[in-house]
Amino acid sequence: MIRTDILIIGAGPVGLFTVFEAGLLKLRCHLIDALPQPGGQCSEIYPKKPIYDIPGYPEVLAGELIDKLMEQAAPFKPGFTLGESARTIEEDGEGGYIVTTDRGTVHQAPVVAIAGGLGVFTPRKPPISELIDFEEKGVDYIIRDPEKYRDKKVVISGGGDSALDWTYFLANGVAEHVTMIHRSQSFRAHPDSVQKVMDMSQEGKLDLLLDSEVVGLSGNGRLRQLEIKHRSGEQSSLDTEYWMPLFGLTPKLGPIADWGLEIEKNAIKVDTLDYSTNRPGIYAIGDVNTYEGKLKLILCGFHEGTLMVQSAFKRIYPDKKNVLKYTTVQGVQGFD
Amino acid sequence: MEESVHITIIDREGVPHEVDAPLGIGMNMMELSRSMELPVEGTCGGMAMCASCQMYIESEHDLLERNDDEQAMLDEAWHVQDNSRLGCQIPISEQLEGLVVRIAPE
Repeated sequence: MIRTDILIIGAGPVGLFTVFEAGLLKLRCHLIDALPQPGGQCSEIYPKKPIYDIPGYPEVLAGELIDKLMEQAAPFKPGFTLGESARTIEEDGEGGYIVTTDRGTVHQAPVVAIAGGLGVFTPRKPPISELIDFEEKGVDYIIRDPEKYRDKKVVISGGGDSALDWTYFLANGVAEHVTMIHRSQSFRAHPDSVQKVMDMSQEGKLDLLLDSEVVGLSGNGRLRQLEIKHRSGEQSSLDTEYWMPLFGLTPKLGPIADWGLEIEKNAIKVDTLDYSTNRPGIYAIGDVNTYEGKLKLILCGFHEGTLMVQSAFKRIYPDKKNVLKYTTVQGVQGFD
Repeated sequence: MEESVHITIIDREGVPHEVDAPLGIGMNMMELSRSMELPVEGTCGGMAMCASCQMYIESEHDLLERNDDEQAMLDEAWHVQDNSRLGCQIPISEQLEGLVVRIAPE
């Protein structure tokens, strides 16, 4: 079991800055995130986009901001459970909580801070009625182990980096045969990745079907065939063993919605005194919370995390006096 | 000069919402819809990277053409039609007077 002072659910910018603010009060943090890397939306959706409303940075790339926040948090040695999403929360009998992830990792802490942004990133699924019948029976939204596709026939759909990168990888001696299907002729991906896939297509190492999309699936318990619609209006079928629709991720509030927290408009209601929820010891900061006058800005999340840790300190150490210390006087001292 | 333009946004239940959209404050259709608490997410913050603000242009307005980022995103989105646009890529301007849009399905 992983034990910490503040368990932060969500390793986006607000969660990461909270590690720093908690560290100044000598509180240790551990973060859980469904994504395989820290940074939340900043890393997953727009790492190369500039942000202009971070104090002291007239302009900063989202990915660069995350790098800096990681650097700022580093002295306080945060722990991470990445690639797993918080599934259940139970009281631990000592006033704190036990949080278990979808992969069974158990965490215990006197304080839980939900910094889940817009929610857990989940795959965007194409609107095909029979899709659900073949999930994990030939249809995979995330490629966890490429060896699963060794010597198999696979089809990948999508026009982003993930679709192109996996197409290139699996067509390079892993899968028996790879077909990439994309609805148009342009891609939302790094030009180098596009060029690599185009080159492989010209060399006959993969099939590239542009201006086409998968509109139907069939099989006998397992996926066997895809129905493909072409821009010309014609339809065709393609035999395959796997289909990976890689259309990016979209955030959903997910299991947090079932934690007995007061929810309003898909966000957690908090008291602006300290961003506490209706459950003692559980706080919500950043885009995941709501209150009168709420602004969904990273900047506001930083403020919320800063106030939240002051309240958390009092909850963890009710008999200790905490005096606000300025970093200009004390500097920043991490844990030994 | 007018300070606002009249726009109709039809929600996913088919209910039209009439709004006077303010000019001169750099708003776009995604932000306008969110300000009316209509179910437009704007997950990516208006960077044409998520398609959660897709809407259909139902009036005869001649809007600026889709830029490359918007086109590429719509190439990956669902329920895309010839009149699909990303709300975040439509700035509120005088040219939008009388615009009618319908929010695309989720």
